Amino acid sequence: MDWQALSLSLRLAFWTVAILLPLSILLGRLLAFRQFRGKGLAEALVMLPLVLPPTVFGFYLLLAFGRNSRIGAFWQDMFGHQLVFTFEGLLIASVIFNLPFAIQPAQRGFEAVGQDLRDAARCCGMSPLRSLWKVELPLAWPGVMTAMVLTFAHTLGEFGIVLMVGGSIPGETRTLAISIYDRVQGFDDRSAAIMSAVLVAISLITIAITLTLSARIGRRLS
Amino acid sequence: MALSVTVRATAPIPLDLAFDVGQGELLALVGPSGAGKTTLLRAIAGLWRPDEGRVVVKGATWLDAAALIDLPTHRRRLGIVVQNFALFPHMSALANVMAAMDAPNRPEAGRLLDLVGLPGLGERRPAALSGGQQQRVALARALARRPDVLLLDEPFSAVDRPTRERLQAEILALRAHLPMPVVLVTHDINEAQLLADSMVVLESGHAVAAGSTAAVMANPEALRALGIREAASLLPATLVAHLPDGLSRFETAGGALFLPSVGAAPGSRMQVRIMAHDVILSRGRPEGLSAQNILAGTVARITPGEGPGTMVHVAVGDHELLARITRRAAGQMMLEPGDAVHLILKSLSVARDHVRRADHAGECGSMAGVVPE
Repeated sequence: MDWQALSLSLRLAFWTVAILLPLSILLGRLLAFRQFRGKGLAEALVMLPLVLPPTVFGFYLLLAFGRNSRIGAFWQDMFGHQLVFTFEGLLIASVIFNLPFAIQPAQRGFEAVGQDLRDAARCCGMSPLRSLWKVELPLAWPGVMTAMVLTFAHTLGEFGIVLMVGGSIPGETRTLAISIYDRVQGFDDRSAAIMSAVLVAISLITIAITLTLSARIGRRLS
Repeated sequence: MALSVTVRATAPIPLDLAFDVGQGELLALVGPSGAGKTTLLRAIAGLWRPDEGRVVVKGATWLDAAALIDLPTHRRRLGIVVQNFALFPHMSALANVMAAMDAPNRPEAGRLLDLVGLPGLGERRPAALSGGQQQRVALARALARRPDVLLLDEPFSAVDRPTRERLQAEILALRAHLPMPVVLVTHDINEAQLLADSMVVLESGHAVAAGSTAAVMANPEALRALGIREAASLLPATLVAHLPDGLSRFETAGGALFLPSVGAAPGSRMQVRIMAHDVILSRGRPEGLSAQNILAGTVARITPGEGPGTMVHVAVGDHELLARITRRAAGQMMLEPGDAVHLILKSLSVARDHVRRADHAGECGSMAGVVPE
């Protein structure tokens, strides 16, 4: 059992969720409530990681993060080490790759909050921020919650992108999914089986928590 | 004026009108759907910005398109009740009311729910309340904002008829607690005539008539826009007694009136809404009729319509009743202003919800002071 890989996977999933939670609220709300030029294009771009093969996506990220790219060079200047094959690089790739899983359900959640309720909140004297906190978020919460659980579970299981952008550096980029692959390559089926079972267990627990929470919220609202 | 509104716009619908509402005055905006009533209300609330316009409330400018003043909705002190009530589904009735307070105050929210007739249901969520109860919560929430303007956007249209009548009666009873200007949007002329002090009749974004309710309802331009069959007048009447045969006896300036029983105590001052096309005119006092009501009056003026009809304004005491008869009948009777006539009215032609209490205060007297000025 590769505890280091498990811990790395959980750390990656946690930080991905931490970054995507405010981002999904911001962008999901924007896409749900605002009509603007290029909205269709923005929605298509958010969806793109869903249809692109992870290797293709990983390849472009590798190019974008590489030392010859502007982003890569900037990172090197700022932090003194390169972005690819590091945890930070992996995290950025994970955030981008999870955009559709985080934003889509959040957007659906906010779309469920009708214009009439948002108008009512304003007529009750609530500032936009207060309306978000008191009215929109409580009602959009099932969507946002689903978004975060999907993101968490998906990050744990992602393989192609991690391999392309991160490689398999123990403690830095070797996640549980990569570790399982390595063990299978090394004919260590027993370790691979244990780690696979752990991943299944974590996934089941995550889904159970989601269903329980959304049922509780559903009861509270009805 | 407590509320002064001027709005001009070309989209989404053309609008071009201005009106004022005084402190404590209830103004009804009536007109067919698509006339711009709700859009106008949204302009007052700041939920929609017209091309040109001014909204001034108690001397404070909420909107002045020319001066680029546009106070955001949450900084406009207004209460609004909309057709579907828009209650927050995740909050209890009490929490809904408290959500509109500057400093959430549970006891005061409870008092407001008592005031609108919802004691003891504060912990329920909107989904567990009936349509009429939800409407009351919405009204309590609007009042909790301590509004300088109260906006009612078809607040009675989503509830069934008996509930609507009860709610309308309660709004009348609440009038004493509504010191602010109230704007009521409705397409129900009966509702407007019985609840409002003044009226603006809207037709494709223009005011075709404006003024006191009685004046507007006698205005041919307004009636053309509203539909001539809506022509009606109000007659003050005092309820004398409930009779065992299901009728109630009223006393009016023109004589006794027998109408289907209403839920009010003898001695109550009432308003009876009489549809112009239900009135028959007669020069002599007829006999042997099934109609129970024969009122005496004097022809004040006659305004011929475009079609076969003619509107005869008949003075009954200090009030004017409208009688819509054919031009042919008016000619045969050779009616002239000053002629004495009798108005004949079937008891059953007066719908129960066309008879209302005239005194605004009353039932809720003990709750005075709940809604501060």
